[in-house]
Amino acid sequence: MKFERSDLLGLEDLTREEIESILTTAGSFVEISERPIKKVPVMRGLTVVNLFFEPSTRTRTSFELAEKRLSADTVSIAASTSSAVKGETLKDTAKNIEAMGIDMLVVRHSASGAPHFLAKALDCPVINAGDGAHEHPTQALLDLFTARQKVGRLDGLRVGIVGDILHSRVARSNIWGFTRLGAKVVVCGPPTLIPPGIESIGVTVSYDLNEVIPTLDILMVLRIQTERLTQCFFPSLREYSEFFGVDRKKMSRAKKDVIVMHPGPLNRGVEITPEIADGPNSVILDQVKYGLAVRMAVLYLLSGGELTSEDSH
Amino acid sequence: MKILIKDGRVIDPSQGIDGILHVLLKDGQVAEVGSSIGADEATVVDAKGLVVCPGLVDMHVHLREPGREDEETIETGARAAVAGGFTSIACMPNTEPAIEGDEGVKFVLVKARDAGLAKVYPIAAATKAIKGELLAEIGAAIGAGAVAISDDGMPIGNSSLMRRALEYTSMFGKPVISHSEDPALSGRGVMNEGRVSTILGLKGIPNESEEVAVARDISLARLTGGRLHIAHVSTARSLEFVREAKAHGAKVTCEITPHHFTLTDEAVKTYDTNTKMKPPLRAERDIAALRHALKTGLADAVASDHAPHSEEEKDQEYDAAPFGIVGLETSLGLTLNELYHRGIITLAGLVRLMSTNPARILGLTSGTLKPGSPSDLTLFDPDKEWVVDESKFLSASRNTPFSGWRLKGKAVTVIVNGRILMREGEML
Repeated sequence: MKFERSDLLGLEDLTREEIESILTTAGSFVEISERPIKKVPVMRGLTVVNLFFEPSTRTRTSFELAEKRLSADTVSIAASTSSAVKGETLKDTAKNIEAMGIDMLVVRHSASGAPHFLAKALDCPVINAGDGAHEHPTQALLDLFTARQKVGRLDGLRVGIVGDILHSRVARSNIWGFTRLGAKVVVCGPPTLIPPGIESIGVTVSYDLNEVIPTLDILMVLRIQTERLTQCFFPSLREYSEFFGVDRKKMSRAKKDVIVMHPGPLNRGVEITPEIADGPNSVILDQVKYGLAVRMAVLYLLSGGELTSEDSH
Repeated sequence: MKILIKDGRVIDPSQGIDGILHVLLKDGQVAEVGSSIGADEATVVDAKGLVVCPGLVDMHVHLREPGREDEETIETGARAAVAGGFTSIACMPNTEPAIEGDEGVKFVLVKARDAGLAKVYPIAAATKAIKGELLAEIGAAIGAGAVAISDDGMPIGNSSLMRRALEYTSMFGKPVISHSEDPALSGRGVMNEGRVSTILGLKGIPNESEEVAVARDISLARLTGGRLHIAHVSTARSLEFVREAKAHGAKVTCEITPHHFTLTDEAVKTYDTNTKMKPPLRAERDIAALRHALKTGLADAVASDHAPHSEEEKDQEYDAAPFGIVGLETSLGLTLNELYHRGIITLAGLVRLMSTNPARILGLTSGTLKPGSPSDLTLFDPDKEWVVDESKFLSASRNTPFSGWRLKGKAVTVIVNGRILMREGEML
């Protein structure tokens, strides 16, 4: 069986079955990265371009390694080195790259909807590697994969997403993903960083992290960007940490086997203290590890690869 | 030169006329409306099955001349107006440079006269270069023929300056047209704030961005006794403020655009940049209130806020594209389709919203078929079905969210100053 979509733009419109089949396929890719020779020939001869208009270390490296381990030829372009600085439009840049005969485009852009715009303009498959505050589907898929590896089935589990929900594409993709797999999601942060109408997409809202933490099976902490300070979303990092920083004191009331996730990069001591980030409940490095397998699965499926069925796994 | 328009359903709310009648035009003026008019040597226009009404007036359009003639000129805009059934349009001053003072107003009037299409009435800048800092030469502009004063596109953030603009303009009896928006509340927003903006991750513009400005502008109109016309009202609560103001006898009028009473912010979900405009497309509840206000007469006019933009500018990421859509060639069709055929307004109500009232607000001599008034008439077929095909627009721009829409109702014949400019759907 093949994956029926030509692009991966977000999780909002994916069904539970589609998400599960991607995760199952990812499962069969984990082992490749544990081999001495970490390479399979499934994308040999195919060319993938990673077009990044925003800085990224983790996601870009993860995509590049995933592509290389599938034997694809890859080129990565950062906005600062592209024609964008010469005033070329996004569409022209993408059209020119496509004219060189590429098979897939991975794009990150600060404008929400930019990958949708390119998917309409281009014939090749487009993978959204993060667009504005909209979606970051591969991040959510790797979060779901990690959670399933660590806690098993997600049905009925309680997931807390803490921090800047307003500006977070990771939060949105994870809300779609976790709720679709049967988990209950609560978002927690100061009211200035909770987007309007978020309850209408199936989550609950809390402004009190101390109240939320004891109820959680999965705690996902989001990065706080310091520029939100100058935009008056909250008065100081100190005050933010006081109310929403995940530290030992707040975690003392957590379930013993809660897992702590963070999409990175960490602001140690702001949204999470080092002892929690590096502590026994943290699965932050597992997220990074599994991210590779998940991205390999997505690349493989969009290049026409067969889905791994539940039975063969 | 005589024209006899026979057997149409003549609707003129200014005289309470609604019936199958004939209209005789003579020497550029309306000569007679009656049931038996004999006229030798007259050009006869058969209007059977058509509505015959005072020429439609679009009191809010953006022509891009001077500055962006690639997007629209006064001539192409005036031609698109005729194709859409309008005999008169009023153009906003946010051109480059802005239409300001007597010089700017004369420029528009000369270009419009040379084009010889729909009448084009300039609205002049309220503040110098539309910067919201110093008053423009409002008196000179009105003396040269400006029908209203506005900084449309740029909200006047300084409340004291807005007060002075209303106060000063009041001695000329002309309205100040307000683009009521709190710029700080809108911030870098690109669509309506709410459930859909949250899902799409696009920055939102709350209803309150408009409402606090409407409340302010109405307060200032009451303080100064000035005439205030609020452009493109888009929220239920803005309408509540207008209702209250009218109840207190304040000189306040307002308009609503076809796109605001037709589309909700759900339309943004495709990231189609032709759904990006200011104010943004709102939620269902507001759409219902807008339609209700058009039904009851709380809203005075339908105006298109025709805002042409080039394809290159619109064919971008949502955040990067400019605000605005064209509307001259879809306005009547949408109003008939969405309001008349859904039983929200009557045909007389439509003529009031699209001719009588906007003409009155701007102080035009048209908008009526009283003998001696200019022979500006629109003949439209309320039942003619057509499909919006932007490639056929006479506007120089194509940025419409209604591409491919099937609409019921279209202008057929348009007469300006006694000259037939469009006949049976064909531009002459």
